[in-house]
Amino acid sequence: MALLEVSNLRLGFGGLKVLQDVSFSVEKGAINSLIGPNGAGKTSLFNCLTGFYKPKGGSIRLAGRPITGLPPHRITALGLARTFQNIRLFKEMSVLENAMSGQHCRSRHGIVSALLHLPSQRREEETIRAVGMRWLEFVGLHEQAHRLAGGLSYGDQRRLELARALASTPELILLDEPAAGLNEREKLDLVYLIRRIRDETGVTVLLIEHDMGLVMQVSEKIVVFDYGQKIADGPPEAVRADPRVIEAYLGTEE
Amino acid sequence: MSEGVRILPAAAQPPLLRRSLLLPGLAVLACALVLPQFANAYVIEVATTALLYVVLCLGLNIVVGYAGLLDLGYAAFFAVGAYTTGILTAEFGFNFWLSIPVSMAAACAAGIIIGAPTLRLRSDYLAIVTLGFGEIVRIIARNLDITGGASGLVGIERPEIFGFKLMQVQHFYYAFLVLALLTIFVCLSVERSRMGRAWFYVRYDEDAAAGIGINRVSAKLQAYMMGAVIASVAGCLYAAKMTAISPESFTFNQSLLILLGVVLGGMGRIPGVILGAILVALLPEVLRGVGTYRPLVTAVALLAIMLFRPNGLWPDRRA
Repeated sequence: MALLEVSNLRLGFGGLKVLQDVSFSVEKGAINSLIGPNGAGKTSLFNCLTGFYKPKGGSIRLAGRPITGLPPHRITALGLARTFQNIRLFKEMSVLENAMSGQHCRSRHGIVSALLHLPSQRREEETIRAVGMRWLEFVGLHEQAHRLAGGLSYGDQRRLELARALASTPELILLDEPAAGLNEREKLDLVYLIRRIRDETGVTVLLIEHDMGLVMQVSEKIVVFDYGQKIADGPPEAVRADPRVIEAYLGTEE
Repeated sequence: MSEGVRILPAAAQPPLLRRSLLLPGLAVLACALVLPQFANAYVIEVATTALLYVVLCLGLNIVVGYAGLLDLGYAAFFAVGAYTTGILTAEFGFNFWLSIPVSMAAACAAGIIIGAPTLRLRSDYLAIVTLGFGEIVRIIARNLDITGGASGLVGIERPEIFGFKLMQVQHFYYAFLVLALLTIFVCLSVERSRMGRAWFYVRYDEDAAAGIGINRVSAKLQAYMMGAVIASVAGCLYAAKMTAISPESFTFNQSLLILLGVVLGGMGRIPGVILGAILVALLPEVLRGVGTYRPLVTAVALLAIMLFRPNGLWPDRRA
């Protein structure tokens, strides 16, 4: 059984068909990519998977459990985390507080135990901090833990978003254009980091990316989109040679 | 995941009160404790009002400053507390202390009734709904028999503690001081807890918060209820101090004054909000000398503060 199974997913806004009968799957422990021209519906698909959009039809299963139409926080709690295309950090809060936010759905103490300063509440706070620090260390930001997130460099902000998503201990992480705005050096680091996510923590990775070099380098399977439909999927070599993919990217020969 | 977790030194929890604020805080507290020994009844009365505003502003700060919800009808919860105590002690002969938990429950219920359907809205809509709610509560209090109609309730029981009856101005001054300290402790504890951080996450980026696994409606509702409970307890003590309450103590103006204290001092930060609350209580008294020009001077002073200190007098400087 695949970790993520999407079948016949449909999404529309008014008369506009954004996604039409999209089906694909992601195996556990894989690194897969979604590619396609701008406006092909990749981010809309991510928004369906994470509960931000409600699909018109079809189903999404995570580890066999249906998650179609659940609110975003429930989906995250079930083990699916994401990053955003345009960085969405809590800029006015510290780097560590950002990383700690991922642990919210893995902890339970509420207002009353915080007021009573229960020992179990203090222990849970320590765990939340420790897990936050562990993921900051994983992405190499632990020395900046007490700076404001908004003061980090662009590349570091992208890495902090990753640490925050990983701190929710997901089974599957969706990365929406993680290489956007990075220079060549930072892209190399990112490829290395994505591989480490899978190899060291066992988290499955699905990414949207425009940088073909990076996609071909890192992914085992690529799903190609155009006009809201899947036009191809398979290993990088097969996708690269697929005439429909070439057509979508380069146009047809007259 | 926990087997790989190493507790790094930097992961130590911060203390409840930052060290740099400990000494100034104790100095202010010492002054507050000895104030009634040196001041006359008028000064103690004004100081008591200031403490009442400290409690109310800190409560509203949870809603506005932490969770980022614009609440324009906060005085309604203050009224719920005052009227619950008033009705229970004056009409049903309840003990004052027993009326506090009932008031808190009533405020929670009111918070859920108004919050559950509306907290899904974005904040501008919420402002309108809370504005309406504030007026509804006041108008209900004006028209029901049990609340005494427009003339309000009289003969509210004075609280007794270990056989000692709170009667004089300085008794209530100390009662409000205890309540203010308790509220500060509550805010400090919640601010750095899991739920407190969730409020800030929701305030700074609702979608990102939802994406990271926070139930935004539940988080907002809890902030709203927490603020409601604090206002209701302040209302209980207020009713006992005044022994008479009327709907005109809980107008839209009252809600605005409390909000003014929060914004003036600096939203989201406890010392700033305390400063703002004290200013809101003191400004009318300090300006008594200028007579009929008072509203004009107040307005100019407020405008100047907002122009030169747009984030409040003592703004949030996080991390």
